[in-house]
Amino acid sequence: MSDANHMDVSYVANLARIELTDEEAVLFQGQLDQVLEYVEQLNELDVSDVQPTAHAVPLVNVLRADEPGVSLDNDTVTANAPAARDGQILVPKINEQF
Amino acid sequence: MTDLNTKTISELSELLAAGECTSVDIVNDVLSAIDERDGRVGAYLTLDREAALEQAEAADEARAGGQTGALLGIPLAIKDLLNVKGQPCTCASKMLEGYTAPYDATVIARLREAGAILLGRVNMDEFAMGSSTENSALGKTCNPWNFDHVPGGSSGGSAASVAADEAIASLGSDTGGSIRQPAAFCGCVGLKPTYGMVSRYGLTAFASSLDQIGPVTKTVKDAALLLEAIAGHDQKDSTSVDVDVPMFGKKLTDDHSLAGMKLGLPKEYFVEGMDPEVEQAVRDAVEHCKNLGAEIVDVSLPNAKYAIAVYYIIATAEASANLARFDGIRYGMRLDGKDPIELYGKTRAAGFGSEVKRRIILGTYVLSSGYYDAYYLRAQKVRTLIRNDFIEAFRQCDAIIAPVTPTPAYKIGEKSADPLKMYLDDILTTPVNLAGICGMSIPCGFSSGGLPIGLQILGDSFKEENILKVGHAYEQTTDWHKRKPAIQPV
Repeated sequence: MSDANHMDVSYVANLARIELTDEEAVLFQGQLDQVLEYVEQLNELDVSDVQPTAHAVPLVNVLRADEPGVSLDNDTVTANAPAARDGQILVPKINEQF
Repeated sequence: MTDLNTKTISELSELLAAGECTSVDIVNDVLSAIDERDGRVGAYLTLDREAALEQAEAADEARAGGQTGALLGIPLAIKDLLNVKGQPCTCASKMLEGYTAPYDATVIARLREAGAILLGRVNMDEFAMGSSTENSALGKTCNPWNFDHVPGGSSGGSAASVAADEAIASLGSDTGGSIRQPAAFCGCVGLKPTYGMVSRYGLTAFASSLDQIGPVTKTVKDAALLLEAIAGHDQKDSTSVDVDVPMFGKKLTDDHSLAGMKLGLPKEYFVEGMDPEVEQAVRDAVEHCKNLGAEIVDVSLPNAKYAIAVYYIIATAEASANLARFDGIRYGMRLDGKDPIELYGKTRAAGFGSEVKRRIILGTYVLSSGYYDAYYLRAQKVRTLIRNDFIEAFRQCDAIIAPVTPTPAYKIGEKSADPLKMYLDDILTTPVNLAGICGMSIPCGFSSGGLPIGLQILGDSFKEENILKVGHAYEQTTDWHKRKPAIQPV
């Protein structure tokens, strides 16, 4: 973990699909470096023989009968979409350049 | 009868059953209080007066027709991240401005079934990320005890609405203390149920392995009644656990003895830098429980000090995945770009506030190739240690008592520029979420500045009965919960 407490905030923001302003990038860089430095304390512990806990309760695959149920109607689903046409959500073209 | 808004669920339930008031009377008093005060408190984001009065009329008719129930005709405020069909659900974010919930969350469906009235939506930190409600993109909420101070977060609107008597009770959600901490800051009761006890279907997810919905109320009895109504298995939520839900309310009797109960006192919870008034109030509460017959035993939670570090790795990792759905495509805000990638980037830049962006970036980083084992996996392992500490502690006691927060409510703006400083404020609440156990905050005193102080009572998984019993006994033999903030009308 030790070489990791200087994340490149702009690079990671791009992975997360968030455009940052220059001011935000500088501000977040300082703040997140501080947080990463703080979490370094977890290195004090020897956890080599410890099992990870992903959930506080044991999870099992929940299967139900494959039967049709009630779902949202088309108008309700598209009502919240930024753009819709003919009962479908309208998204920008992605193949124009090809 | 006037000032019905100042009463509790159980008091109003008795008045309604005796025909001494109607649900319409209660709603009218609550609406008057909101008109008088909310301009200063700022708890509500949206309020549907007509719908509230219609629901009240329906509840009165149902009662006249023979229906009964503790929540029948009781008006409640709902945190703005729970889906209520036909109402906005913004999560206090610009990203979801204009979004209308297309379905009811399971807890909402259960409240409707019980005849409760859904008053409106209350403020919160954006997507439940924060400890002060200063991260809301939609407005400021103040602490009803002192408007210069924060109400806590992220369920700050829930706690402020109850403390200001602008709702009889409220629902919040708790990922790292977001019910208990604002309850402590505002002098309310806040209960974080065991993970899996309450369905999360219809809750906008922040960190799925930690989030739980729970009540914010004026008394422990009310928390029990509300929990009883919303708890129980739900096949729509695969993390919901199929356990019996006791009649929590009926189990709270007038016998306030704690004889036979062992209460654990963890030395690690009296942290360095803790406000001496908070420590004193909690130690006085411990003494009070002893006088009620409880045996106090020392317990140790040695890994609790790592909880903040673990929490901010796990919670942000899960948040980065959960909030990936807010991309401008299917719902919410959309800003155009020359291609979808630019559309995502611009939309998420404009839609999310700073705290949400920070957490998504941190979460993306700790899950990224090369860092997963160093951060995320290690955090999951330390989570095991924290959980094991509680398992060991609960071998020695029936419940644990401790402070909720190191200080009373701080001033608005005091910590907002320093995220780490604000994160550390959750040091006494996050271990509970990581372990998945239940916890509750109840009022146990006031600072010399007149701000409430909370006592945290922790129970083992699905042992809500124990913490409710301790909380009820303490509350009914003290008068902290009876005090009200003096709020001048706008």
